[in-house]
Amino acid sequence: MTDLTAAKVALPSLQRTFEGRALRSLVLTTLVWLFAVLASVPLFSVLYMLITRGGARLNLEVFTELPPTGFETGGGFGNALAGTFVMVGIAAAIAVPVGIMAAIFLAELGPTSKLANAARFAAKMLTGLPSILAGVFAYALVVVTTGTYSAPAGGVALAVLMLPIVVLTAEESMRMVPKIMKDAAYGMGCTRSQVIWKIILPTGMPAILTGVMLAVARAAGETAPLLFTALFSNYWIYHQGELAAMNPTASLAVLIYNFSGMPFDNQLELAWAASLVLVMIVLVVNVVSRIFGKPKF
Amino acid sequence: MNKPFAVPVNPGSACKPPSTKDFLVDRTFRALARVGVVLILALVFALVFEVGRKAVPGMEKHGLDVIFGSVWDVNQNKYGILPAIWGTLYSALIALLIAGVFGVSMAIFLTQDFLPPKLAAIFRTIVELLAAIPSVVYGLWGIYVVIPAIRPLAGWLNSELGWIPFFSTSLSGPGLLPAALVLAIMILPTIAAVSQDALTAVPMKTKQAAYGMGTTHWEAILKVMVPSAATGIFGSLVLGLGRALGETMALAMLVGNSNQIALSLFAPANTLAALLALNFPEAGPNEVEVLMYAALILMLITLIVNVIGSMIMVYAQRGTK
Repeated sequence: MTDLTAAKVALPSLQRTFEGRALRSLVLTTLVWLFAVLASVPLFSVLYMLITRGGARLNLEVFTELPPTGFETGGGFGNALAGTFVMVGIAAAIAVPVGIMAAIFLAELGPTSKLANAARFAAKMLTGLPSILAGVFAYALVVVTTGTYSAPAGGVALAVLMLPIVVLTAEESMRMVPKIMKDAAYGMGCTRSQVIWKIILPTGMPAILTGVMLAVARAAGETAPLLFTALFSNYWIYHQGELAAMNPTASLAVLIYNFSGMPFDNQLELAWAASLVLVMIVLVVNVVSRIFGKPKF
Repeated sequence: MNKPFAVPVNPGSACKPPSTKDFLVDRTFRALARVGVVLILALVFALVFEVGRKAVPGMEKHGLDVIFGSVWDVNQNKYGILPAIWGTLYSALIALLIAGVFGVSMAIFLTQDFLPPKLAAIFRTIVELLAAIPSVVYGLWGIYVVIPAIRPLAGWLNSELGWIPFFSTSLSGPGLLPAALVLAIMILPTIAAVSQDALTAVPMKTKQAAYGMGTTHWEAILKVMVPSAATGIFGSLVLGLGRALGETMALAMLVGNSNQIALSLFAPANTLAALLALNFPEAGPNEVEVLMYAALILMLITLIVNVIGSMIMVYAQRGTK
């Protein structure tokens, strides 16, 4: 009998395994879970809005027709889609060759030289460059010189933004090529450019392509640099039988921006549909680049 | 007489020294690679030079009045960007505060064994996809989702706690808080990714030693892991700040473009990047000079922040080696 009461008295102290420290851990764990879930909400909210509001308007016509003006109904953003492709193409044509050549130097030819260190630092600074400043630069360089808003001006602005991504990812992927492979090639008497062409580029290619695609995805979604370099246009870049390359050019991103502030429902619906298309392009490129870029060694 | 180590060369053998052509190709190719590197440097110089050169006339005409003036009126030829500078810094700091809390806890969440690897990969993908969505889409989403969602809360805060300067106006539409919220979402991936790298770079032994001393999971994180990775985490915040200062579209669409200096979170404001985006397309020659001036200031601010950020990162990497 006395034993039992003694046990009862001792029990609370035995049960005090749930200390303050553990309680604090529990609270903090709940908190990070909450933060992580909250941080994921915007993505799903954006995707939900795009699918419900953009998806409702999405049909074949939007890809082939020109943007509506004022109270017009129907219409689409075919010219903007084409303009985005053209300008991203121009940007890639400039940034990819220059970027890969520079990356070859940084990774293989003179990785520790002063020139390489300066260029690496410059590339890092360029990744942090506000995209609107790339637009200001292209405006000063191309628009003022040629005297007109044009697709090449937009392309140059996008190239400035693509270049550092291409350089830094390509350098990284060439460094991943195992040293023994390069040494074997040098041992066979290859020149440095032969080693680069036959060993480093083919082996590093998947990862280099990943970087290029990430850069393309970023460029496709950029608006700020195009606002006053390519401006916008209600016509096809190729119209009346000739290429209107030196005229203002439409792009999906600028169309979304222009239409987002309009008081017309039709334009607003098109802005959502264009956003859906743009996000789809960007996400598909992202996912494909991931599949490409899975390290194979 | 036979030479001791002479290699017998068979005339039909494939072994031969590089031909003149190989030699020339090699040299040309290497020169081209060098040209690529020089082009990057040239681009940075050209960027600073072009913008700087075009900003000179504006500087000569208006001097420091631009930086300290707060009126932007094209007709009066008065250009002041002080409200835009204020708005740039204010919105970026609010965004950094929000994204810092969420980004760093996301990094802890993903690196400190809270999740089975598969679930962690899903969350990591979510964060990466957040970074992939174009800013103009965030702007559109902000106008039609964020603003209506926070307007009741903003109204309540204003009517109940209006005496606090931060809540002194009501949210009539676009304003600082919705812009800063969207900005926070956009810089969260940068902060989370760089902080994750910093946390994973802390040696496993450090954590094991902490557990060996009898710490709980969270004591190990907060008292050992986070302090060890502190430099890298701080660097991630600075880089996030750099990104926030230069972000354009979401702000141009959400901040309200009103040239005023206000403490209120719900008041419309302006930022340097938004000012450029909105005024550049229709600017006359006089205005362009001042906009170039503003662009130069934006470039300087972001450059300084980014240089500090990358220096911290270099320092942090040196510390972990």
